Amino acid sequence: MSSRSTGETGLVQLLDPEGARVTTPENESYRERVAHVKGDDLRGMYRDMLLTRRFDDEATALQRQGELALFAQSRGQEAAQVGSAHAMAPQDYVFPSYREHGVLHVRGVDPVDRLRLFRGQDHGGWDPTEHNTHLYTLVIGSHALHATGYAMGVQRDGLVGTGDPARDTAVVVYFGDGATAQGDVNEALVFAAVNNTPQVFLVQNNQWAISEPTTRQARVPLAERGLGFGIPGVRVDGNDVLACYAVTLEALERAHSGGGPTLVEAFTYRMGAHTTSDDPTRYREREEEEYWRRRDPIDRLGALLRAEGEWDEVWAAGVEAEAEALGERLRTEVRALGAPPTAAMFEHVYATPHATVADERAWLAEYEQADEPADHETATEATR
Amino acid sequence: MTAQLLAPTTTPTGATTLTFAKAITLGLRAALAADDKSLIMGEDVGRLGGVFRVTDGLQAEFGEDRVVDTPLAESGIVGTAIGLALRGYRPVCEIQFDGFVFPAFDQITTQLSKMHYRSRGRLQVPVVIRIPFGGGIGAVEHHSESPEVLFAHTAGLRVVSPSTPQDAYDMIRAAVASPDPVIFLEPKGRYWSKGEVDLSAPPAPGILDTARVARPGTDVTLVAYGPTVATALKAADALAGEGTSAEVVDLRAVSPLDIPAVVASVRRTGRCVVVHEAPTVHGVGAEVAARVTEEAFHYLEAPVIRVGGFHAPYPVAKLEHDYLPSVDRVLDAVDRSLAF
Ligand SMILES: Cc1ncc(C[n+]2csc(CCOP(=O)(O)OP(=O)(O)O)c2C)c(N)n1
Repeated sequence: MSSRSTGETGLVQLLDPEGARVTTPENESYRERVAHVKGDDLRGMYRDMLLTRRFDDEATALQRQGELALFAQSRGQEAAQVGSAHAMAPQDYVFPSYREHGVLHVRGVDPVDRLRLFRGQDHGGWDPTEHNTHLYTLVIGSHALHATGYAMGVQRDGLVGTGDPARDTAVVVYFGDGATAQGDVNEALVFAAVNNTPQVFLVQNNQWAISEPTTRQARVPLAERGLGFGIPGVRVDGNDVLACYAVTLEALERAHSGGGPTLVEAFTYRMGAHTTSDDPTRYREREEEEYWRRRDPIDRLGALLRAEGEWDEVWAAGVEAEAEALGERLRTEVRALGAPPTAAMFEHVYATPHATVADERAWLAEYEQADEPADHETATEATR
Repeated sequence: MTAQLLAPTTTPTGATTLTFAKAITLGLRAALAADDKSLIMGEDVGRLGGVFRVTDGLQAEFGEDRVVDTPLAESGIVGTAIGLALRGYRPVCEIQFDGFVFPAFDQITTQLSKMHYRSRGRLQVPVVIRIPFGGGIGAVEHHSESPEVLFAHTAGLRVVSPSTPQDAYDMIRAAVASPDPVIFLEPKGRYWSKGEVDLSAPPAPGILDTARVARPGTDVTLVAYGPTVATALKAADALAGEGTSAEVVDLRAVSPLDIPAVVASVRRTGRCVVVHEAPTVHGVGAEVAARVTEEAFHYLEAPVIRVGGFHAPYPVAKLEHDYLPSVDRVLDAVDRSLAF
């Protein structure tokens, strides 16, 4: 079996695993792109990654306590998410899958809202138009097409290549390595290519699709998949927040200016389980996890900050306190999220009235009002 | 050809005789003219005008951005239409034939139908999916399916089928204007039949929800939609010759079903026969029968009888006349009803 798809070859890297800057002739253009990213910006990225991890830990704990039905951690993928999200403009539109907590954090989606779906309290949880950030999509790859259609709409709206950074708009869609095998992702690449959509396909290759390694989905590095569609592909070290930022920035610039779609493969690692119902010890080795633990994206940026004298203890304590507060807020507010009223299941099924929904809603309301089926007729109806 | 097709211009008056297909074309044309956010997308819909020529002339008039030839990818057509709708557009997708909607089935049932619901009404996806459906044209495999129940069973979708050129014209405009996703089933066997169409008819939003009495009668109610309305009307003609007065109710919509209209008719006639091309098993007829039994039990002189396709794959063209509900099979069902 080809090992090309799993190897760390051809990656754009700006920080090595020890947090030292990488200076090669190949990464020069990317270094130029991040030349302006300094102290506060770097600390901002560090903070976003740390808060994302705290969100993961707290949500996992809540699931263990029976407060959430399921949870999918982003642990290990914070650099790919936070780095790419930092490259976006507010008007850019994001289509996440279900693991992009770091992206949603940067986009400003409230952390409690992000857990409504996992709590079984809502099928969505936030207003997508408020943050230009769509809801989670659970059917693998289907949102790649929504993103492409949305990007076609942006194009029609004339918001590409205006030269005005406040108007030029792009669409970023996130999905995993497993998703690249889906028909919808491939159809999305076809539609994006032939329409030259302002779009970034961001594949987080975390090397596993539940228990299946990437080699079960592809025989070539995923970034190369773009080429057959006529879409440029870039492989980036997904645990290097600076490189993820730089590569996404380049792809977004291309999209904004009318240069079309880009496929970015962020080569990273899912450090936790697939979800809280998964047992990764059944399919992967402890040594592999250890290897990736030593390449942790948060530690890597922390090391850079320290090496360059940008680490500030007061600031670090402030971020810690913020993470504590986030944890506390999740613990209390998520627990307080009760069931919506029964009638909520009938709301918004249609945008306009629908007789069947109205009938069944009225029937259930009546049934719930009657304490117990009093006569034969109600008892028969109750079987409906 | 094209000029002739589009002959009635933007301010038509009075009724014109049109084929069913041309009535849809003009309905689409009116929709494109009414809202510049609307667009048509599908395979071969542009220069060819679609394999049934329903979009004939529209690309020439509205341009390649409004009448879009897409890649040959049904999931892609519907999935990108969802994205366009999220961005404020009103896409009308053409699926070339009923049997080819299934690659898009996932997008329709798991995504399109639920976007409004799971966003708690914050997002609307006003996508229309036009599907030439049904049999009777001697076609090959996968070109004569009746998948309406698969969509009607999915909450969030409206599923409709016109039976006359006038309704086709009115209903396609209502479908494009609807904020809800609409599965618009075009009875392909009727594309070439003609009828009077009042092109100046005002928009009729309620038309996607309301059944129509296609022919009044007093002895038995024949319930049909789409292609079988014509069959039911022929059966009613034959019955009139035998002294039986049949009322024909054209459902127009399979979701929502206008049950009050059916029940009102059955209360008058006491008998009900449901006619559709799709298999009777788990079908629209089963739903109508159950609802009529619940709501008009004491008015019924006979059980509700279904006439439809069988629980077998759509047969080869040489056998479809035995599969499709014929006038004779409808008459036989009415006889059984009257004999109770
Ligand atoms: C169409 C579909 N098939 C199967 C599943 C069940 N499932 C959920 S996540 C997943 C693996 C996805 O792997 P990948 O795309 O690599 O993303 P990751 O979870 O690793 O981020 C599977 C098989 C699904 N949600 N949707």
